Amino acid sequence: MTQRLGLIVNPLAGIGGRVGLKGSDGVAIQQKALALGGISEAQDRAAKALQALVPFKDKVKLFTPPGEMGELAAWHAGFEPVVLGSIAPGATTAQDTQRSAQDMQRLGMDLLLFAGGDGTARDIYNAVGTSLPTLGIPAGVKMHSPVFAIHPSSAGWLAVEFLFGPTAHLQEAEVIDLDEEAYRLGVVATRLYGTLIIPYHRLMVQNQKVPTPASQSVQAEAIAAAVIEEMRPGFLTILGPGTTTRAVAQRLGFPKTLVGVDVITRQEVVALDVGEARILELIGQKPALIVVTITGGQGFLFGRGNQPISPQVLRLVGKENLIVISPSEKLNALQGQPLLVDTGDTQVDQMLSGYLPVLTGYRERVYYRVAAQVEL
Amino acid sequence: MTKPIDPKPALRRFHQARWDEPVIFELSTPGQRGVLLPQVEEGIRQEAGNVLASLPSCLRRKRAPKLPEMSQVHVLRHYARLSQENLGVDLNIDVGQGTCTMKYSPKVNDQLARSPKMSELHPLQDELTVQGMLEIMFRLEQLLKEISGMDRFTLQPGAGSSAIYTNIAMIRAYHAAQGQSAQRDEVITTIFSHPSNAAAAKVAGYKIITLYPDGDGYPDLNALKAAVSPHTAALLITNPEDTGIFNPRIEDFVQTVHVVGGLCSYDQANANGILGITRARQAGFDVCHFNLHKTFSTPHGCGGPAAGASGVTEVLAPFLPVPTVEYDGQKYFLDYDRPQSIGKIRPFYGVAQNMLKAYAWIMSLGADGLREVAEVAVLNNNYLMKKVLEIRGASAPYARGKRRIEQVRYSWDLLSQDTGIHSEEIGYRAADFGTHYWTSHHPYVVPEPMTLEPTESYSKADLDEYAGILAHIAEEAYIDPQIVKTAPHNSTIHRIDHEPFDDPASWAVTWRAYLRKVKRGES
Repeated sequence: MTQRLGLIVNPLAGIGGRVGLKGSDGVAIQQKALALGGISEAQDRAAKALQALVPFKDKVKLFTPPGEMGELAAWHAGFEPVVLGSIAPGATTAQDTQRSAQDMQRLGMDLLLFAGGDGTARDIYNAVGTSLPTLGIPAGVKMHSPVFAIHPSSAGWLAVEFLFGPTAHLQEAEVIDLDEEAYRLGVVATRLYGTLIIPYHRLMVQNQKVPTPASQSVQAEAIAAAVIEEMRPGFLTILGPGTTTRAVAQRLGFPKTLVGVDVITRQEVVALDVGEARILELIGQKPALIVVTITGGQGFLFGRGNQPISPQVLRLVGKENLIVISPSEKLNALQGQPLLVDTGDTQVDQMLSGYLPVLTGYRERVYYRVAAQVEL
Repeated sequence: MTKPIDPKPALRRFHQARWDEPVIFELSTPGQRGVLLPQVEEGIRQEAGNVLASLPSCLRRKRAPKLPEMSQVHVLRHYARLSQENLGVDLNIDVGQGTCTMKYSPKVNDQLARSPKMSELHPLQDELTVQGMLEIMFRLEQLLKEISGMDRFTLQPGAGSSAIYTNIAMIRAYHAAQGQSAQRDEVITTIFSHPSNAAAAKVAGYKIITLYPDGDGYPDLNALKAAVSPHTAALLITNPEDTGIFNPRIEDFVQTVHVVGGLCSYDQANANGILGITRARQAGFDVCHFNLHKTFSTPHGCGGPAAGASGVTEVLAPFLPVPTVEYDGQKYFLDYDRPQSIGKIRPFYGVAQNMLKAYAWIMSLGADGLREVAEVAVLNNNYLMKKVLEIRGASAPYARGKRRIEQVRYSWDLLSQDTGIHSEEIGYRAADFGTHYWTSHHPYVVPEPMTLEPTESYSKADLDEYAGILAHIAEEAYIDPQIVKTAPHNSTIHRIDHEPFDDPASWAVTWRAYLRKVKRGES
């Protein structure tokens, strides 16, 4: 049976990297990178990924946007793609990526490959969300999101395995947002942006250190069960963003905003997607627990994506009512780096520094080092 | 990058036998028999009467067991073929299964354990008729006491994890005797201690606290100080850890836990690098255990059954499993009269054949020989580490530049980032050269891990050959990763889907389960 494969290349991905710009988001930076002699390797990387699919050429119908957004890489790899839509060559934009992805979604793809970095992953998420399987070919400057294969050729191998083999499965993976402006100033500011559905094979996707998705979901459920045991009657529970905290709400049968801060009790949802003021109002009336997970790829506890849990909220709730949860592979991925706090309040950062227990499973904790945001 | 790969490197090529052998139940032919027994003669039949009627009815089967019906030669062929599809300890340079201490186990000890003197013993025999076996158990305990410095041992645990469970059960009984079992509900371990420590303690009902290494890669004493409290029941720790790094502050660890009233248990499952050099007692531990099938050569893995031995100080001796083996000056006997005992940890007295093999192995080496085992194991390991670290893409994270004890947890992270090849795939490729290879326990803490443990058994030539295989595969990864990515090329099974391993619903560990789950539609 013929498989329908989409390919979108962000031709500007990665151009900021070699010239030291720490990213390629936005037209201004792209022009600066081009002026400095930046070259995108996205074409080559996409073509390299397609190499693995060449033996299956007769069984694959390849769809791409025109020219440098996929068509060229496809021809280069020896495919004759079906070309969709039109673009203005030389200055493609995030809108072009999103429009192409929506075209693919309309036509129905078995898999959509995209070559780019975190910014491209965000565009793909904005366009198609979790409506079809997608997979990133690493070609950007920053790839904090584990939606990318570890290597361009791994992306091709994984596509083959998913489309024609028995051993790849689908899995939800996080798309990480990183503030490039802040990053250039030396501050890592990652936060969870959304999720994509990716084909998963434990040997081919980066940042995956668990044996299988099944064991990962069992671990998330175990953590959720442990948290629910800690949710005392009469207490509010402030849930930070993330898939790990979402599992807590799901286990109670409640909705949860993926990137927002929500307030619940064991019995009910008190408020979704709250800001600092609303939290302060709520905890003025009742004692509370704070449940947060590590945000993004850098191991931030506070100050990245969960700002509604402000220094004042942390002071009022207290360190003793803070529950940090994390699948162990997220801790392992930190490679010994401490968890970071950057609440904007030195005293609160100080209060949280030292060693904090991190719930990693049911009746399982890790004592892990926490430090105030350090120099990069 | 342009250097072509030598098509015929000086490496041993291996091709696994492939027999496409069905499960034995699928080979069954109704009516076929291995041995045709003669009809019972009439005189005997009359004399014996109805033999079956003398069995209690509750022991009589209603239906005949559904065994495969096969001739003898078909059974032999079946198992001989399966054995050819194996990659066993006697077939390859087995340094790739780090933490398991895959040493050479002298065949003479196997012969001893298989002799009728041993194999015809029955655990229900009267003590007076098994004095020899009891004497060996008694003497083995004395030897292990000397090796560890502890006061008493039990040989009952059936494996390393069983020994850890014994240890934590004794610790739990000790705290209960102090009236503190409700209060002390936490067990502390480290991420590079063997994961059975956390698992066994959890089975025993404890909450688990795990410590990560400090900035230098050593167990983090400050994290321990943050974690201990009046809730601490015990520290369960391996040393050297699975990284091969010896904890230089082990006495501080023990003291920190003792100060809050917790006990300390030393996982010495693998004591191969410290025999005759350090003892659990001197570091202040209350409990320790050995795996007879690792350090004491009985041997490990599918080469034979496992056996654990747990040692305790005098304070904890009352809690040992029953029975203990005692000597009254004239005879050896089993002592069940131990009111504070945790009871039994497995049926009968332990794995007797392993006790005999361990005893024979220790006695054949003597005290100096044991120390030499450790010295050669450490030398071999550090020699191999030097060879491996010369390979492009390999590293040994934590405690960089320091020597390791008996094993090393390496990382192929660099190679993986350069080539997209993962550690596990290096292992698949290693099979094409007839060697086994292991990454690490999950979850991977060291990225792209590989754990090698050469023990004292392998020669320099063996270690050079193994390092040569790794160097060759690393070169392939850089030059033509497709070769590695698609490995193994010469094995019976190519790649398997790991997902079902974590899904009990898709397991079929018996033929009956297979029939129920697969054959009858629910795949």
